Amino acid sequence: MNEPPVLAVTELRKAYRGQEALAGVDLRIGPGEVVGLLGPNGAGKSTLTKIACGLVRPSSGRVEVLGQRAGSPPARAALGYLAELFRFPGWCTATELLRLHQRLAGSPGGAGERHELLRMVGLADAAEKRVEAMSKGMQQRLGIAQALVGSPRLLLLDEPTSALDPVGRRIIRQLLQEVRGRGVSVLLNSHLLTEVELVCDRVAIIARGRLVRAGTAAELEGAAAVEVELESGLRVFEGATREDAPRIVADLVAAGERVYRVEVRHSSLEDVYLEAVGGETG
Amino acid sequence: MSSSTLVSVATVVGLSIQEGVRRRVFLAVLVLTVAFLTLYALGAHFAFRDVDQFAAGDSGILDSRAFTGATLFGLAMFATLFLGTVLAIFLTLGVVRGDAETGLLQPIVVRPIGRTTLLLARFAGAALLSAAYVVAVYLAALAITALAGDWSPDHLLGPALALALGVAILAALSLLASTALSLTAQGIVVFMVFGGGLTAGLLAQIGNAINSDSLHTIGRVASWALPFEGLYAAGLHALISNTSGLTGVVLQLGPFGGSEAAGPGLIAWAVVYLAGVLALAAVVFSRRDL
Repeated sequence: MNEPPVLAVTELRKAYRGQEALAGVDLRIGPGEVVGLLGPNGAGKSTLTKIACGLVRPSSGRVEVLGQRAGSPPARAALGYLAELFRFPGWCTATELLRLHQRLAGSPGGAGERHELLRMVGLADAAEKRVEAMSKGMQQRLGIAQALVGSPRLLLLDEPTSALDPVGRRIIRQLLQEVRGRGVSVLLNSHLLTEVELVCDRVAIIARGRLVRAGTAAELEGAAAVEVELESGLRVFEGATREDAPRIVADLVAAGERVYRVEVRHSSLEDVYLEAVGGETG
Repeated sequence: MSSSTLVSVATVVGLSIQEGVRRRVFLAVLVLTVAFLTLYALGAHFAFRDVDQFAAGDSGILDSRAFTGATLFGLAMFATLFLGTVLAIFLTLGVVRGDAETGLLQPIVVRPIGRTTLLLARFAGAALLSAAYVVAVYLAALAITALAGDWSPDHLLGPALALALGVAILAALSLLASTALSLTAQGIVVFMVFGGGLTAGLLAQIGNAINSDSLHTIGRVASWALPFEGLYAAGLHALISNTSGLTGVVLQLGPFGGSEAAGPGLIAWAVVYLAGVLALAAVVFSRRDL
């Protein structure tokens, strides 16, 4: 029997007081898959994530987590979530916060799970430190540890590296690779294209509430052109790929041209993103 | 209810208590309570001493000790309700919209506990603490009054339970307000509702004293619309319900007397009202986008 997708979003629409935030989005995330969700501010990324974890009700369409309606108790039990804007009680220590979430998630992990999670996010030495004494970056890493309580099958992370320095980001990248290795699926909302490119199996770009591009980074970054330097000057073959290059050169030589240099030009994820969102910014 | 739900409920109730302790709400309330009880003890001591001198030669038409004791203890009931209301409001301040705006609520709501259970657990934490608090202060004031003036109310338990149910209703109203209002607006609205209820109760009492049916009706309607006031008035009435003669009549007219007994109708209505407010809060919360 086929296992249902970990996250299945079908024809999802959401309007806030007549303002359409999502206008029919379809998205699937398979087991152990890390999907990056890109888009300008206000594109609908956070709304999509919040609907998936039951914080926001959709206007229409369907969202399922492991075949269960998003927001239902079994769906909530299967996921971990870190909001873009979050706060934990300042008086809590890291250990107390994780213990609280273990109880709420029904996790039997105990102290072992708490130590392991704090180790994974690089906070092993801050177990007894109060949240109010932590830097924003430490709180963000603690937030990720909190989201991992109870070994969720799906991790929904909304801008999890926004407050982190380069070392903190590397820790989170390694952590995401580690959780992917354990079969956890991840939906990662981020503005950081490099981050997404480095850790995600697939990328989905959302703009004005619609999914405008989706695929692996390699697919999206496909060749944009083949550039050939000739005696007569530079010629660019738009849309040509690496596989087209030998034929182009052969045709040019056959036509009596002298070829000095051939370059296959790739579009970066940034180019793809900018083209997809039409230069829009939130 | 499953065992995991019970654990979650206990966790949220514990969180409410811990928050109260760590945010020093309890410390502030404790300091205020000690200050109030100290002043009350001093006031009771001097009031009973002076009323003895004042009443030494009277003809015995007015029972001066009962009059003094009931008036003082009525004042203590008012102060206890006020302090209990402050505690109930602070324990429920911003628990839905306020916490959602700061991002405190979302990590908890996405857990399997469910919004209704979470809301009821927050209510249980606030209501239990506030009710326990008012009963404790009531008993302390009772002991002080008995020691200072050798006077005790006609009914001991009823007024305490009326206060406890009254602050539980105020906690529920505050929770309902927190589902729709920002933190500051919530506090202001609940305090105004509290003040409005007490003012309506005084109107009813004035109406009773001057035999005005209109005022009396207004007061009674307000008591049913805001049953914490009806319960408070009934608690005051229970203090002196067996006091007869001129003393009983004068006490009923005073600002800390009560002319209306509780009756099973008011208690039943208060319980239904409480359930209705909580149900409405749960519906509003369940429909709210976070």
